[in-house]
Order: sequence, then structure tokens, then C-alpha cells
Amino acid sequence: MDRRKFIYLLSGTACLGIAGKVGFELTAKGEIINSAEKGLGNKRWAMAIDLFRLKKKNTYFACIEACHNAHNVPEILNKKHEIKWIWRENFKHAFIEQEHKNLPQKITSLPVLLLCNHCNRPPCVNVCPTKATWRRSDGIVMMDWHRCIGCRYCIAACPYGSRSFNFIEPKPHIHNITEDFPARTRGVVEKCTFCAEYIVKGEYIKQPDCVAASKGAIVFGNLNDKNSEVYKLLTTKFSIRRKPELSTEPEVYYIIEDEEV
Amino acid sequence: MYDGWKIILGIIIFLVVFTIPLWLNIANKADTSIPELVLPTDYKECIAPRDYMRAYHMDILDEWRDKVVRQDIRMFKFKDQVVEMSLTKTCMKCHDSKQNFCDRCHNYFGVKPYCWDCHVAPEEVKKKFATREDLNRLNEDTENNNSVRR
Repeated sequence: MDRRKFIYLLSGTACLGIAGKVGFELTAKGEIINSAEKGLGNKRWAMAIDLFRLKKKNTYFACIEACHNAHNVPEILNKKHEIKWIWRENFKHAFIEQEHKNLPQKITSLPVLLLCNHCNRPPCVNVCPTKATWRRSDGIVMMDWHRCIGCRYCIAACPYGSRSFNFIEPKPHIHNITEDFPARTRGVVEKCTFCAEYIVKGEYIKQPDCVAASKGAIVFGNLNDKNSEVYKLLTTKFSIRRKPELSTEPEVYYIIEDEEV
Repeated sequence: MYDGWKIILGIIIFLVVFTIPLWLNIANKADTSIPELVLPTDYKECIAPRDYMRAYHMDILDEWRDKVVRQDIRMFKFKDQVVEMSLTKTCMKCHDSKQNFCDRCHNYFGVKPYCWDCHVAPEEVKKKFATREDLNRLNEDTENNNSVRR
């Protein structure tokens, strides 16, 4: 065999091999449907929590229970190992910077529900070395637990204490396990994800669990949509955010306007 | 060959040590038959042919994972069906047993995927994780451990 024939043979077999592999893959596999909406970026999911109504309906624990059940959040009473996505706090601790000693008692006595604020400028995202947490184009600060290496930089960076670290194996501490949502493992950070698993084609197919359980005290929606309930609420009632001076721009708003006034 | 017997002895010792797992398995009469998987009876078709699934299921799961979590692309079409790209919501709805399906091959080949560190296997749901009493006891235990450590 001369050199020319050898090269023909060589390239011929190479082409056949590549074609065979591509053909095999094309025939063997189904197809991924690109369901992510292109206009995800024109959305801005936000939450408004009406503190007076929340107190009236007294649905704090209903919200916490609903969220923690749906997302396999373990119940660990030991404060050092505690995991929380949404939790109750008193006004004084939730809004340190708003506090002065002459605030009306009816406001300072309000309990507050706290959760991840899904900041527009999230400090946790800046520090994550593996991009296990990132800001989606619709504003949700999302987590990929597959990628979290447990360095806990994000816990140090978050000014709101919204993130918890799994110091111990969480699975045995889960009360009502939900099969359709993963649990976490030891060495992973977790937090609220605004129920991003309910989003199909850019829209929520059902309300986030805390919203559904709050009996109307929590309103959730797209803040960029001028017809959304959350937009109307925030433009008509007085609301505050946590630690605005840090300019992280939280997207969880607390309405402190009594309905009767 | 100088010191031939030393070299040959060395080679023999090496061969014995190197093949010791084989001899041990034969001596213990270890079961080396190919594992039999329990296939779902209600469903006839998987999302891809059997051979492809055998060889590449882990790649499919990896791809699905990244698409769903990071790009918010959730649906998968094969033939005339559309399914969600989800281990627990799709795969495990037909293959409804981790022990009789996943584990059999994985144990045989000695691979330890960490899917189930977090994801909830069908068996775990049936066993219903912790009751209220379990949780109270666990919480007491961690409290006690903590006080001891302090």
C-alpha cells in the first residue's frame, strides 16, 4: 500500500466512525424541549408581606410548616444546627435600623416573617466560588445544591441570615418527606428559592407555598407588571425593606399600614 | 541469568498478591453472576433504547440536572410523549424501586453515585422518615451531645 492509499483509508474510517457515533446519538435520544421563556428577563418576582394582616390571620406557623414540608427542610431544634427557609422574628430584630424607642407599640409588637430577600444585588452571589448560587434573569437568587462545596462564604456575606448550613445529615430530621423535591446532604448550604420549581415557561403554575398558606397576608407576583397585585399593593401602601442602607435592594417588602386607618 | 530463582520467586509472589481478589472470591464462592434487574411491568418504553440507557443514563441525568436547575428547561420529548426531566418525578415513577433497579448494578460494579444523598428514593417515602417521637428523640440526642461537647 502506498502512502496516498493509506491516508485515504485512514480518513475514510475516521469519517465513518464519527458518522456512526452521531447517527447513534441522533437515533437513540429524545429531544429536550426548550421551555425556558426568552423574555425571562422582563420579569421581577417580588413578595409583599402585610404585617398587620399577617397578625390578624395569624398564619405564621402555617406558612413555615407549608414551606418546610414542601421543601424537605429538617426540623433541628439545636440552634447551632438549625435549618430555616422562612422563620418568625420580632419587629425589633427584623428591622434594627428602623427602631427607635418611641415607635408606636402596635408596630413594634408585630411579628415578622423572614426569608431570603432575593436581592437585586445579592452579596452571596458575588462571593460564591463555584457559582452554586446565582441570580436568574427574572431576579430569583437560585441555588444549585449539586455544586455547593460548603465553603459558607455566602452565609458570611448575607446580611439577613437567610442561609443555613447542614452541619449534620438532615434526612433523619425530616418529618414529612416529599419525594418530588430533593432533600440536602451534610456540607451544603440551603435557603429559600422563591419556589422556583413551580415556574413553567416563565410563569408560576401555582403560588409559592408560604403565599398559599398565608390566607392573603402575603402577596407574590411580577413587579414589572403594572397590573400585578403586588405592584398595585406596593404603589398604594407604605412598605419597608430590611437593611436598605446596604443597597442590596431586597425584593421582599413589608407593608406596615393598618387596614382600618 | 544471575540470581534467577530470586527473580522468578519475586514474579510468583507478585502474581499471587496481584490476583488475590480472584482467589478469595473463588474460595468464598462469591456470587459473580450478572445482576438481574426488576423492570417495570406497567410501562413498556424508556426514553431511549435499552443499550443506550445502560451506557449513558448517567450522562442523560447530568444533562437534565444542568438544564433544569441552571437553565430552567424542564421538558423532554421522546416519540409522542413529553416528560419532565426529573429523576424522582419521571425515572422513579416507572422504575419504582431503587433497591431492585439502581442498586443492583451499582453494587455489582462497585460504583457509588451520590444521587440519593439528597434525592428521595421511593423506598424512603414508603418508610416515612421521622415520626414526631423520632424527631423529639433526635433533637434531645443532639442537645445532649452538644452539652457534653461544651
